[in-house]
Amino acid sequence: MKKDIGTSTIEVNEEGFMTDFSQWNKDIGEELAKEASIHLSPRHWQIIDYIQHEYRKEVPLSIRKIGKSGVVDIKEFYELFPKAPLKTATKIAGVPKPASCI
Amino acid sequence: MYNDTNGEIKKMMIILSKATLENVYAAFVLANGARMEGIEAELFFTFFGLDTVHKRKLKHLHVATVGNPAMHIPTMVGGLPGMESFATTMMKREMKKLDMPDPFEFLCLLKDSGVKLWACKLAMDMFHYTKEDMFEDLDGILTVGEFYNRAHGEGTHILFI
Repeated sequence: MKKDIGTSTIEVNEEGFMTDFSQWNKDIGEELAKEASIHLSPRHWQIIDYIQHEYRKEVPLSIRKIGKSGVVDIKEFYELFPKAPLKTATKIAGVPKPASCI
Repeated sequence: MYNDTNGEIKKMMIILSKATLENVYAAFVLANGARMEGIEAELFFTFFGLDTVHKRKLKHLHVATVGNPAMHIPTMVGGLPGMESFATTMMKREMKKLDMPDPFEFLCLLKDSGVKLWACKLAMDMFHYTKEDMFEDLDGILTVGEFYNRAHGEGTHILFI
């Protein structure tokens, strides 16, 4: 389905995850973060960059992998993206929701 | 009484009473999965489940090969020497393939994810364990009443494993 966000229109699924990564840009990321009540700091952006980097390499993401990434530890990840960090961070990064149980 | 939370789960209180590897993983995955969805989670280790947070014993958790029909190992064979360690090695290998951490790393992951870890007072007394025997990041030792008191509020679910 289509969703208007800021000045653009993006394709999203029923959970609000973008279905076409090529439509993503930083402004859209900012808008998606706003919807999740998160103000993006440089730390947030480092994590988003990492997530997109892994997505491009087609590496499946998990909380454990994020913790071992060297970019952020699990504790800080939960602090930066409170509630459901992996879901929230991937949504802002414009990549699909990870299908991981761990 | 009707409320407008629509049955939303807010908190999972998981009681782990066993220390066989498959039960430990079940409890850990459920607790971690809750946190990943933004649900609060607490683990209460009681009876044999205490071994899961016992510093020394948690390194040697096993699967049980006897009394589990889904293992498809005949009971007599399951009881033979070496069968448990064989099955445990197999399970650990499969878990590794799934990118599952070992129990100790998993405990640390749960702690960092904000899962509260409690030991049961009665079971601690029964096994003569002291606080020093236990995983350092344990949040404390609780009576069952204290554990129930932490379960207040709508949307809390208690699960016994």
